Amino acid sequence: MRYSGLKVITEGLFGNKGWTPAWRDPAPKAEYDVVIIGGGGHGLSTAYYLAKNHGITNVAVLEKGYLGGGNVGRNTTIVRANYFLPGNSEFYSHSLKLWEGLEADLNYNVMHSQRGLINLFHSDGQRDAFARRGNAMINQGDDAILLDREGVREHLPYLDFEQTRFPIYGGLLHPRGGSARHDAVAWGYARGADKRGVDLIQNCEVTGIDIENGVVRGVQTTRGAIRAKKVGIVVAGRSSQVAAMAGMRLPIESHVLQAFVTEGLKPVINHVVSFGMGHFYISQSDKGGLVFGGDLDFYASYAARGNLPMVEHVMEAGMTLMPMIGRAKVLRSWGGIMDMSPDGSPVIDKTHVDGLFLDCGWNYGGFKAVPASGWCMAHLMATGEPHEVARKFRLDRFATGHLLDEEGTGSQHNLH
Amino acid sequence: MRLTCPLCGERDRREFYYYGAEDFLHRPGEGAPLSDWDNYLHLRDNPAGVTKDLWYHEAGCAQWLLVTRNTVTHEITGVELVAERAK
Ligand SMILES: Cc1cc2nc3c(=O)[nH]c(=O)nc-3n(C[C@H](O)[C@H](O)[C@H](O)COP(=O)(O)OP(=O)(O)OC[C@H]3O[C@@H](n4cnc5c(N)ncnc54)[C@H](O)[C@@H]3O)c2cc1C
Ligand SMILES: [Zn+2]
Repeated sequence: MRYSGLKVITEGLFGNKGWTPAWRDPAPKAEYDVVIIGGGGHGLSTAYYLAKNHGITNVAVLEKGYLGGGNVGRNTTIVRANYFLPGNSEFYSHSLKLWEGLEADLNYNVMHSQRGLINLFHSDGQRDAFARRGNAMINQGDDAILLDREGVREHLPYLDFEQTRFPIYGGLLHPRGGSARHDAVAWGYARGADKRGVDLIQNCEVTGIDIENGVVRGVQTTRGAIRAKKVGIVVAGRSSQVAAMAGMRLPIESHVLQAFVTEGLKPVINHVVSFGMGHFYISQSDKGGLVFGGDLDFYASYAARGNLPMVEHVMEAGMTLMPMIGRAKVLRSWGGIMDMSPDGSPVIDKTHVDGLFLDCGWNYGGFKAVPASGWCMAHLMATGEPHEVARKFRLDRFATGHLLDEEGTGSQHNLH
Repeated sequence: MRLTCPLCGERDRREFYYYGAEDFLHRPGEGAPLSDWDNYLHLRDNPAGVTKDLWYHEAGCAQWLLVTRNTVTHEITGVELVAERAK
């Protein structure tokens, strides 16, 4: 069924009886050409582009819970292409271009809103660093505008510019940056993949990976064995466990990242604002809630909840930056499990097992990567060659020393 | 989350700096192959369950601690001084 404004109106007139489920609920077949483990954003987009770009439709996505129940439904939805390092820069640029055509492509409203992202800076040295980053973004063909303090004031009059600890010197505006509705991205890709013949199989946990003579043969699951010619591991925070089923030890440590949302308010924050010095960022959802967060809790964790010190820290940073939010009531907070890599950049690569592929290491920036990650993972699985914008996301770069340390903080999992 | 430092007693998580997995205690020797360095610096078991990792009592006795804890429940079951262990 194609969605359209006309369809909404006609369905409204006839009691909304004509809507059909957005995807099927098939039982797993005995064999597929490709099995994708993990029904998050990246797994679903991989399946979608396998079908759409490469005509590979005998595909199953195996999800241990429900589609979109992982990080893709827990993140704070910032979509941006403001990376600096060659390797990251072209990848996120490609992703943003896919975002810009995503709703038309999927025939699904993912509420992608390019409301502009402003990264604040607080010293001369930081201004120089942001000017350089802005130039790198422009060289990549994306957009960046360096704002001075008065320029920031025009956009964000409500900030506390005089705060003594981190007075605001200016900001880097990325006009095409913004946000999107996270669940809708998962649902849109799910529907698109299903329509092209992909089986989306929920409540199906992969418990083993079958390998014979160095070649992948399929997977063991809670719904039985499934044979496959190719298997992709796309499980974000659970990457280490699933890769261990194939005898791999990954450069990944899982950490918890918290986020918060307030009661719904009238429009008050029109951009995405990030305050790096305070480790705080915020935007306002279309429902009106202020969505904000900060840093990792900083210790390895699989508990989808964090501890109080980071809650306090995030609230303090928010109050320092924009005291007006002190009046809003926090409705909910939650945590997600992040697959942190030592250099803060991801992996999209083959493994030592023939036919087994890996997509992981998204840290806390993998939502914006959903389109390009799926695009590149599908390309790799279909052709056996890395896509040109993802060729630096190699698994062996840690061993060879070719780190992609975007933040320049060193090779420690919790520092990115 | 609270850690019981063998020297200082039970203290709030805020007093400690988390460094990483126990692997950091096993620095490769001179002339070790590159793969040992990769293991030491980057590769992790990353268990969902009981793990051992290194914490620094930054706002206390300034000792490195080897903590046994559960990454799923955040329960802490052991805290040892790294200095004692090395002896
Ligand atoms: C609080 C928070 C804020 C964030 N903010 C941003 C942001 O603003 N911008 C941004 O770009 N990114 C952000 N991220 C990061 C982003 O959400 C993740 O990097 C991204 O969603 C991870 O990829 P995914 O969607 O495929 O993961 P997930 O949705 O977690 O998908 C992985 C799936 O694999 C399944 N799975 C695991 N093990 C198995 C198994 N054995 N068998 C079958 N299935 C299995 C899981 O159930 C899960 O559904 C944030 C994350 C969090 C937690
Ligand atoms: Zn102590």
